[in-house]
Amino acid sequence: MKVLVCISNVPDTTTKVKFVDESKLDTNGIQWVINPWDELALTRALEMKEDASNGIEAVTVAHVGLAAAEPTIRKALAIGADNAIRVNVDPKDAYEVASQLAQVVKAENFEIVLCGIESADHNGSTVGGMLAEFLECPSVTCVSSLKMEGGKSVITREIDGGKEIVSVPTPFVAVVQKGIAKEPRIAAMRGIMAARTKPIKVAEPQAVASLTEVKKYEMPKPRAACKFVDAENAGELIALLQNEAKVL
Amino acid sequence: MDNRKILNSGEFLIDTLEAKDVFIPEEFNEEQLMIAKSAQDFLEAEVYPNLDNLDKGDRELMSATLKKSGDLGLMGVALPEEYGGFGQNFITQMLLAEKVGAGYSFSVAFMAHCGIGTLPIAYYGNDFQRQKYVTKLATGEFIGAYCLTEPGAGSDANSGKTNAKLSEDGKHYIINGQKMWITNAGFADVETVFAKIDNDRILSAFIVEKAMPGVTVAPDEHKMGIKGSSTAQIFYNDVKVPVENLIGERGEGFRIALSILHMGRIKLGANVIGAMKKAINDSVKYANERKQFGVLISTFGAIKYKIAQQAIKTFTAESAVYRLSQDIDDLLNKNLAKGMDKGRATIEALAHYAVEAAILKVYGSEALDYVVDEAVQIHGGMGYSAEVAVERGYRDSRINRIFEGTNEINRLIVADTTIKRAQKNEFDLFGHADKVYAEMNSVSCGKKDGETYFESKRRYLSNFKKATLLIIKAVSKHFNFKLVPEQEVMNNISEMIMEIYEAESLALRVEKLDNMGKKDEIYRDILNVYLYDLADVIKKSAKDAINSLENAEESLNLTTAIDKLTTVDAVNVKFARRRIADRMIEANGYIL
Repeated sequence: MKVLVCISNVPDTTTKVKFVDESKLDTNGIQWVINPWDELALTRALEMKEDASNGIEAVTVAHVGLAAAEPTIRKALAIGADNAIRVNVDPKDAYEVASQLAQVVKAENFEIVLCGIESADHNGSTVGGMLAEFLECPSVTCVSSLKMEGGKSVITREIDGGKEIVSVPTPFVAVVQKGIAKEPRIAAMRGIMAARTKPIKVAEPQAVASLTEVKKYEMPKPRAACKFVDAENAGELIALLQNEAKVL
Repeated sequence: MDNRKILNSGEFLIDTLEAKDVFIPEEFNEEQLMIAKSAQDFLEAEVYPNLDNLDKGDRELMSATLKKSGDLGLMGVALPEEYGGFGQNFITQMLLAEKVGAGYSFSVAFMAHCGIGTLPIAYYGNDFQRQKYVTKLATGEFIGAYCLTEPGAGSDANSGKTNAKLSEDGKHYIINGQKMWITNAGFADVETVFAKIDNDRILSAFIVEKAMPGVTVAPDEHKMGIKGSSTAQIFYNDVKVPVENLIGERGEGFRIALSILHMGRIKLGANVIGAMKKAINDSVKYANERKQFGVLISTFGAIKYKIAQQAIKTFTAESAVYRLSQDIDDLLNKNLAKGMDKGRATIEALAHYAVEAAILKVYGSEALDYVVDEAVQIHGGMGYSAEVAVERGYRDSRINRIFEGTNEINRLIVADTTIKRAQKNEFDLFGHADKVYAEMNSVSCGKKDGETYFESKRRYLSNFKKATLLIIKAVSKHFNFKLVPEQEVMNNISEMIMEIYEAESLALRVEKLDNMGKKDEIYRDILNVYLYDLADVIKKSAKDAINSLENAEESLNLTTAIDKLTTVDAVNVKFARRRIADRMIEANGYIL
């Protein structure tokens, strides 16, 4: 059985995001990392591979993006992925990412495809669902536990107020969230050395029309200073809530 | 780095490099950065959440944490692959040391294990000893310790009384004695113990296993800082050590001990960089949260001054650390090409750069003390509370000026070794010094019209070097090279030598960054402020030395020359420091 983990290359979550001309991310000084939710998916894939009873022969990571993302891909290889595929295109939206990934999955017959529930950059949360649609296979979202038992998937979904346990036939796409694995793994020296020789296959993109045009990015308004009102001045508080905050 | 000019130890005082000749941290490769990130992730996952428990002296927890870092392979970074290591170059080892250096007492335990705990066997052991011990030290299966200091033998290490006698059957050495201040004593499985065989004048080195009968470890010392690091006395009472556990030759122990300390010293220079960056991050974050008089304290000039100084010292120390690391890698590779074994090649390279290693140790440990002191000050009353990280950082910093050779010993190494090597004509220091001395009365600051930015900085450094040579010449002449009792004056000379090495490393880094197209104004701000301040440091050290000579006529000429050689252009240090600090404040941490 072959597992594919789809990874995004995102700015480190502590980055102070800035935009150039309200249209482009200012990449100056940004540290790029594996999207944290994708990294958890990778961790789970590796755990499953380590249990020989799951019969997983390889864990592959796939990324849709340009060569600048290769350090992030190699990090995934250092953590333990066996090989990687990079679709050489700068995608414009989630639809394009999902379309390119679908080609990868079809070409290599992956049976389990894992995506993180969201990405730390655009936070679209749509790639997994679209990918399953292109592949015409089941997609399970909000996955907090994934096991294979006797060749069948046992998947726990977090639902409102409880859990839902389902099983779907392979191939399937699981969109995973927190809980799927304990902690992301730290790349060990042996893994870092091994990553040098693990293959990163560069696939040429399919022609895909992007459906989204970004008009502009806006930063959230800076938080206004906190105003303190003395307990005796209820009138002043009401006036502020009515006239300034306009919530009454 | 091919085709670069390499200076021998001490030659920076009489020669210069171009920016392309130095390695700078901005040139780390992807793999090095990945290793660094793993070390950082390890601290965040395994060390920071447990610091309070570690500092309660939980030996088992520290031992387990060390072993986890061994599982990741971090303990094997410096060791050869045939003994279970990863054979990384010296720059990578130093980068790892920097990252681990942010790990408080874990850093001390880890570095002691990987350095003094492992390297005597890795570098001087025979193949049998390496296979038996180093392969397990590389993975953390064994934890190592280094047992040199005794109650009566600290800086004067060869005066130890621990004794080894060959047993009648010739199969064992029987060791008796007492060691103290032994890092990792509480859980080390393997110790390198220095002892004198029979009535030898010089130490020998032995591998002693904790499990051998007669080895007793005392409870841990109660220390000011690095409380999580186990530090204890170890007693040896008729301990039977197999003769095959003698490391190297009989009487080679003192040389082993000192050369291993060179390594510890230079790695400490990298450790403190990590600790400084951590303290700056904590300082800036706090300054960006704490409000007084209705505004964030990070908006105050007095706080910006502190943050800027923290950053300047860190950036400078870092520049020198990686410059030297590349020199050591190059010399090590040359030694390997001559057919030396890896351990010997490393030791020879480190011994060659003993002066620079001592500089990194002294400068770095004192820079860290400054940085953590101001980190506490920026936190105000909160900085005195054990609830904040900077309180621990402040206490943990202090040991760095004491261990791996006190800063007093290391300062003497800087001046003394430089002068002794020059006397042996290892480099032509006195040829240059004689020339400067002869031209003392006609010296000028040498400012030329139309100088470029970096030309003027190179001129300053060249003048500071001349000032140093002048003082070395005057002092050597005055005392007729009987300098041992003149520690105060030797310290003046050390100060000048150390500062020049650091400042030149900084200048070369800034110029190289500029050449690489990274023309950030704060790099120049850092260099401007540093050289402006340094002129006064050089002047003060030189004048202190001159006035110690009590030679009125020469003093006047020397002082006049020093004044000219330490003349630098004015810098608006207020605005320069504000710009530096503002960048840290905007990024909410150290960003260089």
